Amino acid sequence: MPDQFTLHVNGAQHQVSADSNTPLLYVLRNDLKLKGTRFGCGAGHCGACTVLLDNKAVQSCDTPLWSAVSHQISTIESLGTPLQPGRLQKAFIELQAAQCGYCINGIIMAAEALLRTKSDPSEADIVKALERNLCRCGTHVRILKAIKKAVADQGGKQ
Amino acid sequence: MSAQKMLPQSLQTNPKLSTWIKIRDDSTIEVFSGKVELGQGIVTAIAQIAAEELSVGSDQLSITAGDTRVSPDEWYTAGSQSIEVGGTAMRLVCAEVRCLFLSAAASRLGVEVDQITVERGTFSCPKGGSTNYWEMRDQVNLARSYSGNFPPKPHRSNDLVGHSSPRRDIAAKISGAAFVQDMELPDMLFGRILRPPALGATLESIDIDSLRALPGVVDVMVSGSFVGIAAAREEQAIQGLELARKKSKWRAAAPMPNPGETADVLRSMKSISSVTYTKGEEQAGTNLQRFTASYSRPYLAHASIGTSTALAMFEGERLTIWSHTQGPHHLRAQIAKAMQMDLETVEVVHRDGAGCYGHNGADDVALDAALLSRNCKRPVLVTWTREDELIWSPSGSAMLVQLNAGLDSDNKLVEWSHELWSHTHIKRPGWAEGINLLAAWHMDPPCPIPPAKDMPLPAGGGDRNAIPLYDIPRQQVIYNFIPEMPVRVSALRTLGAHANVFAIESFLDEIATQAGIDPVDFRLQHLSDPRAKAVIEAAAHAAGWRVGPLGNEARGMGMGFSRYKNQSAYCAVVVEIEVGQSIQVLRAVAAVDAGQIVNPDGLRNQIEGGILQAISWTLKEGMRWDIEGLTSRSWEEYPILRFDEVPEIEVVLINQPDMPGLGAGECAAGPTSAALGNALFQALGVRMRDLPLTPERIAKALM
Repeated sequence: MPDQFTLHVNGAQHQVSADSNTPLLYVLRNDLKLKGTRFGCGAGHCGACTVLLDNKAVQSCDTPLWSAVSHQISTIESLGTPLQPGRLQKAFIELQAAQCGYCINGIIMAAEALLRTKSDPSEADIVKALERNLCRCGTHVRILKAIKKAVADQGGKQ
Repeated sequence: MSAQKMLPQSLQTNPKLSTWIKIRDDSTIEVFSGKVELGQGIVTAIAQIAAEELSVGSDQLSITAGDTRVSPDEWYTAGSQSIEVGGTAMRLVCAEVRCLFLSAAASRLGVEVDQITVERGTFSCPKGGSTNYWEMRDQVNLARSYSGNFPPKPHRSNDLVGHSSPRRDIAAKISGAAFVQDMELPDMLFGRILRPPALGATLESIDIDSLRALPGVVDVMVSGSFVGIAAAREEQAIQGLELARKKSKWRAAAPMPNPGETADVLRSMKSISSVTYTKGEEQAGTNLQRFTASYSRPYLAHASIGTSTALAMFEGERLTIWSHTQGPHHLRAQIAKAMQMDLETVEVVHRDGAGCYGHNGADDVALDAALLSRNCKRPVLVTWTREDELIWSPSGSAMLVQLNAGLDSDNKLVEWSHELWSHTHIKRPGWAEGINLLAAWHMDPPCPIPPAKDMPLPAGGGDRNAIPLYDIPRQQVIYNFIPEMPVRVSALRTLGAHANVFAIESFLDEIATQAGIDPVDFRLQHLSDPRAKAVIEAAAHAAGWRVGPLGNEARGMGMGFSRYKNQSAYCAVVVEIEVGQSIQVLRAVAAVDAGQIVNPDGLRNQIEGGILQAISWTLKEGMRWDIEGLTSRSWEEYPILRFDEVPEIEVVLINQPDMPGLGAGECAAGPTSAALGNALFQALGVRMRDLPLTPERIAKALM
């Protein structure tokens, strides 16, 4: 029998009815229609499904629903829209840091987690923050530049 | 008609202007393309071309690509042909449409054509008076064939083409729903497919009742060895799949070849030998210095980050499929055939998916979804697992290349023989006869797996780029084609060009070194094509080319060059590496001549991506297996390049605005791989001829 859960996602409260072990990914995508968080492997290896739990980047494909209830969940949709992109999205658009774009949202969320704890990260910090993210198109160089640009545009401070 | 022959294939088969363009009543123009977005930015580039020729703003133009209901059939979006063929067709059509409207405007305004200027779709006369596409839309009949009487604009008056127009799709993709994976229809179910444990394994039994008893499971479809599960919730479909795996028994397939070195694996299989190219007469008795060496690459996975997905809706005997296929019209015909439906009752609508880099599971999953949707009469979104994406998507064929060359006393290459062993490099649905869709092979009654047939030269499949561009008077290519396919293979970015260029460019480097000549000079001494020379010189210059180990550390530079398919873009790549436990690529510099550039930043992005993907192939990748089947079932068993392994990249573009655009999406791969092997030799003095260049292999080579 499904259980009832209250989730805090992108600043709003949602009631969800699902099995407690359901990966958070499917609840976000299918119950809350937040489709910007994407399935890539289901094993936490590729980072396409990365979201924030409080300020920490986690792989939502590998996070059971029950473990997410007491946290503030943030998805890519909380950062901005095509017309009003957030700071990272803006930098990614300006540098055209995407090819197919499928991995990017997970990467942006991993970068967002970094920027929330460190406003002026080094290149090594950024690379480390992306250690769980894969990109197959080979957009890595642009992705790193875009994150650095987002930092620079903020003057390195939040 | 010879002029007609010069037309791009897309326009020859779709000559009617109205197939390509519609003047809408909302003050916009819609163009239709058969070339689809795969993450390469083609839709943006084709829209640029169309807006340019029509003299409208980008914001006044929409583009619909790969929708069988409305788009022209342009074969596949593949082979770096989209700008060369699809882009050229769009340019010619839009140029003609602008000129037809220009004539209409002239008579409407009562002036000569040359007195009218066109901007943002408005035709104005300086003396006063104006009209636009939309006012004249009923006046100009576009239901007519392309005449070729109206040439495109000279490039010097181009405002959009040649400039970096931002991609139309990125902002949406990085904010929310944008891919086929993100689609949803009312009443939609989630589907998963249980694939056999190995290629050729067949279903013996399955406990269907236990699957049907699972919460949320709406449909379990078993047909032959095809097992599909549809459930109300996605996690329920996954639970169904997991249980199905436990509750099914399979008859094992024929064993895989013993795993081992690529060369041994390929040589262990039967092959059919043919000479696919010869040039020059054999000359007996010449006193030549002889060289010989063999090179190989393993089976490579496409390894898309998103897994293959399709949404199908079977409604009132009509089927609509949303798919990230590369060939919507081919897929439509294959699905109609496999499902024994009238072609007219099936439509395929392209929706973006993750980058595919060739023929992955996009087409297969479309049939999966279609079968399930027909079975349960509800829309079904089927998504493949990561494991399926790695082992059931076709791989790029493993290859072995044996080269022989003769060098005369003036250090000129005069003989060159290129012998290769390979499976086919193309087994797309619609290529050759039969049905190339997984579920069709598995269901009851099964469609036979069609025999393998490769693409012949000049484009070539296994022998793509097997003919070196260098001036060598006597050459031959021998293709040992292996029809058997223990691993499912089909088109992976570059087809055979990756292994062939890796081999040719490594071999050339070896010969140059033994002859005591700088490998860059050696290349230039054997080239008469000025554009080829120019990219080599540009890359060497930009990289600060140096031969030998660099400094005290194990550093070195290497170069690779090719002209993709010997008819598309020219590309030279220099890499600088440092070798410790593994190869760290410090820098990659590429110079590219792709003729007229439509979107410089888009082209750069493709080259950067090609380089990084090829670094990944070269240093890390290869399908693994045991005798029971493939074992590369997750990212742990199929590692790819990570962020801490990425070099700096510089791309030098040589624009040729007076030349036709040349396909460039694949040109960097072969040169990059060769450059890495050559740099390793410069750094450590050790020559490695078998990919991937892993730390274990380097250590072994150094022993």
